[in-house]
Amino acid sequence: MHEVDMTKCLLLSLQEWKREHEPHTPCVSAVHLEVGDFTCVEPAALRFTFAAAVQGTWLDGSKLQIATVPLRARCLGCSAVYAPEPDQAYRSPCCDRPMEEIISGRELRICSVDYSLSPLSASPQSSGSTSLSSR
Amino acid sequence: MHMPLSDTLGLNLMAANQHQADHNRERFDAWQLLCLNVMSSPGAGKTSLLEATITALAPQLAMAVLEGDMTTQLDAERLEAVGVPVVPITTGRACHLDAAMVSGGLRQLQARLSPADLDLLWVENVGNLVCPAEFEVGEHLKVALLSVTEGDDKPLKYPVMFREADCVLITKVDLLPYLPVEVERFEEHIHAVNPAATVFQLSASSGVGLQAWYQWLLDTSREHTQALTGQTITAGRSAHEPVAV
Repeated sequence: MHEVDMTKCLLLSLQEWKREHEPHTPCVSAVHLEVGDFTCVEPAALRFTFAAAVQGTWLDGSKLQIATVPLRARCLGCSAVYAPEPDQAYRSPCCDRPMEEIISGRELRICSVDYSLSPLSASPQSSGSTSLSSR
Repeated sequence: MHMPLSDTLGLNLMAANQHQADHNRERFDAWQLLCLNVMSSPGAGKTSLLEATITALAPQLAMAVLEGDMTTQLDAERLEAVGVPVVPITTGRACHLDAAMVSGGLRQLQARLSPADLDLLWVENVGNLVCPAEFEVGEHLKVALLSVTEGDDKPLKYPVMFREADCVLITKVDLLPYLPVEVERFEEHIHAVNPAATVFQLSASSGVGLQAWYQWLLDTSREHTQALTGQTITAGRSAHEPVAV
């Protein structure tokens, strides 16, 4: 259950981000992540451990929104981008080459945080939001 | 009314672990030692391999071991017996070592010896083909073991581990005559997910194939020291950077 330790890493980064807003405590509605399919992370387990870890903390009530990123590789034989499949031994269907260059699927990224501040402290300090669909 | 806001972070999910891992690696580099993270499923032969390797290379390399184990110190005791300093790191419920645990192990190691006197630091990870693959501890290189009794499909079933490994050791090859497997299939599947991996076939109990592995270690250690003293440090690959071929 390494998602527990990954959640701890995530909370440390969010704690760091929270400090930028001191003395105010941001009220976080959602944390957006990108998780690649070619990682050891199970999104459901991560959502579960996050929900358990934030109970009773400043992040209580926030949702973890996880966008998964499919595994894609580039065939170095013909430059075609393909979706490696375990039952094809991840080899390229075009030239039957091994999985050399991975172009997506290794993402483990904290993309953005949706939040609000109290009216007095609300300031235009937020940067642009990223558009991510949940799941 | 609260104004809805959004901040873009663009951080690695593992940033907190990564910072500590980078810090560990800086210390290894300052001490001019090579750190290898040894990973496999339980029972693939990590401890037996280290027993044989440490015994054989002790005259040429000064070594120490950080020994990850979930609840016992059995492996640490086995390695102490071959005459090398071992710091046990009992992980409790955790199925992998993380960079903070290794940092704690380093503090204990420093209480016993001067790490700058070492050439090679082994980190024997907890037996597991999933979790340790995502937790960098500051190592320069990752070594993964795959025993022939586990089956040749494991690189395809646990591809992240074998993709991340710099060196893969196919172990227990002395058992091949008794198994319905072909060792070529193991190599084929390792290279399918990681064409850049250095692969050796060996058996720690019979001794077959160990010489090539020892030579690789000696060469890697020498090249590492040369790179450090030449100030052209090639720090370990970042955990999520695809392997360039």
